[in-house]
Amino acid sequence: MTATNETVTAGKTESGAFVAPGQPGSVVDVKPRYENFIGGRWVAPVRGQYMKDISPVTGRPFTEVAKSTPEDVELALDAAHAAKGAWGEASLAERAAVLNAIADAIEAHLTMLAVAETWDNGKPVRETLGADIPLAVDHFRYFAGATRSLEGRSTEIDKDTVAYHFHEPLGVVGQIIPFNFPLLMAAWKIAPALAAGNCTVVKPASPTPWSILKLAEVIQDIVPLGVLNIVTGPGGEIGKALASSPRIAKIGFTGETTTGRLIMQYAAENLIPSTVELGGKSPNIFFADVMDQDDEFLDKAIEGLVLYAFNKGEVCTCPSRALIQESIYDKFMTRCLDRIRKITQGNPLDPTTMMGAQNSAQQLEKITGYVDIGRQEGAEVLIGGERTDIGGEFKDGYYYEPTVLKGHNDMRVFQEEIFGPVLAVTTFTDEADAVRIANDTLYGLGAGVWTRNGNLAYRMGRAIKAGRVWTNCYHLYPAGAAFGGYKISGVGRENHQMMLEHYSQTKNLLVSYSTKPLGLF
Amino acid sequence: MDESGTDEQGVVARVVATPAALEAIAQLVVERGPVMFFQSGGCCDGSLPMCFADGEFVIGSHDVLLGEVGGCPFYIDARQYQVWKHTQLILDIGIGEPEGFSLAAGEDRHFLIRSKVFTAAEQAVLEGS
Repeated sequence: MTATNETVTAGKTESGAFVAPGQPGSVVDVKPRYENFIGGRWVAPVRGQYMKDISPVTGRPFTEVAKSTPEDVELALDAAHAAKGAWGEASLAERAAVLNAIADAIEAHLTMLAVAETWDNGKPVRETLGADIPLAVDHFRYFAGATRSLEGRSTEIDKDTVAYHFHEPLGVVGQIIPFNFPLLMAAWKIAPALAAGNCTVVKPASPTPWSILKLAEVIQDIVPLGVLNIVTGPGGEIGKALASSPRIAKIGFTGETTTGRLIMQYAAENLIPSTVELGGKSPNIFFADVMDQDDEFLDKAIEGLVLYAFNKGEVCTCPSRALIQESIYDKFMTRCLDRIRKITQGNPLDPTTMMGAQNSAQQLEKITGYVDIGRQEGAEVLIGGERTDIGGEFKDGYYYEPTVLKGHNDMRVFQEEIFGPVLAVTTFTDEADAVRIANDTLYGLGAGVWTRNGNLAYRMGRAIKAGRVWTNCYHLYPAGAAFGGYKISGVGRENHQMMLEHYSQTKNLLVSYSTKPLGLF
Repeated sequence: MDESGTDEQGVVARVVATPAALEAIAQLVVERGPVMFFQSGGCCDGSLPMCFADGEFVIGSHDVLLGEVGGCPFYIDARQYQVWKHTQLILDIGIGEPEGFSLAAGEDRHFLIRSKVFTAAEQAVLEGS
């Protein structure tokens, strides 16, 4: 992977893999140390502490980022509050122009940001090139358009009285980003907040603080000073300082349930709104008729099951519970396992690699623990179940085999989000049984339904208690399709124009055009 | 209490801690005062035990106290308890900073959970208690 003895073409080695960031010939520069991005400038952390950032690709540190403390959060809030007046009053055309310029800049640096994202997160570069970064670009464009097309409403209460409703910015918001899609989830949060006229203080996830700083380098001359501020550091220190600050008007968070509750607790203390997205255990349901023909659609359905390995399973909506109709189980699973065997693991910077490295040693440890408990509970390991050693300079990276466990829905591996490439598979008898198993979970974020029968697909989609039911597809995340959870999967929606409402106050002007007194006093 | 799951009186514990975890808790208590644990679930760092200063996290009326580790309470959400209750939680520590808002288990260490399915005999003791 290092380029020292190889000819480099467009940031790639002769093998076709991208050169590792920071190495000669790489498309990504790496500085030894990164500061916080506050008020449009790079600001050293007040206490001068830094923490190592490890690439999961190699398991080795490659740079340092600010190990911020609550004082740094205050500096970021100062900058955001200084900027909120002008940004909140900027015309829709001006705001949309900034969002579009951000999108253009990301697109112009797409390869660089994709390689950086792969290096920080471990996901294969074919995903960052094809999904993460292009979707982030489109997200800014979507909200540039959405904010201009959002109209206030007015109501004629009576012939002389009119209720006008205006969207007004909240002011300064706090946003906490997860590690699984560091740039795309940042785009999901930052784009609507800015589009609605707010300034934001963003805390990236502790294991993936760097790619968003590379993004800041790309857009630092585009975003007005103080509108976007990024502070890196441990969640327990600065996540808390940000979420509990009386100086924010809203907090947005994606992560797990306990921190979600804590975020809502802090929001309650300050009487501010929160949006929390807390994960799932999404069922992916395959009805017998998918095998009625051996055609393109069956091929799509098989791929639909194997999509549990997308982003090595580190997706809130990972289709991690496959429910397969009993009558086709053996034949369908045989085809799926054949496809899973063809998943190539290797250098995530190689565009032919299908599955990369888990995000951290902690994640790898957790996956190992779950497969262990699955075995104890009597689940059958159909494939995988071990760490992968892809050798060479990747030997200390965090790789795990694509794994399938067969069992039943009461097992913990069916009830908890493993956040790894581990599929729990079981069977169902009929439609009612499928609905029962699908909904027998604490979560309700995503689901998939596969059938050639449109009526059945519709009934299933409406019966499943989840915020997103993919029908004859999975893992599509277009801007414009609302995303969020039922049950303990969270509160609020993202990815849709309705987000603008979530990041706005409603101002009602109730105006009388009559000159007549009420006559009461 | 040890990893066998029962104490000297033969009482089955729903949560136990390894010596390394107990040492980390003792150190935290010395440095920061009493702590509490809440078992998480869901996205990202879900299923990691979260360690907070005691009282930082507001315990709800439906949360379940699983037991104590190193003198500190360990809670779980009631709904999550229903799907976890056939397993014993073993609190341990691992390399790396904690994620979420959890306190670290010492420099570059985090708390984690290993699990053991209760034996039929242990289940009988639990159900009898």
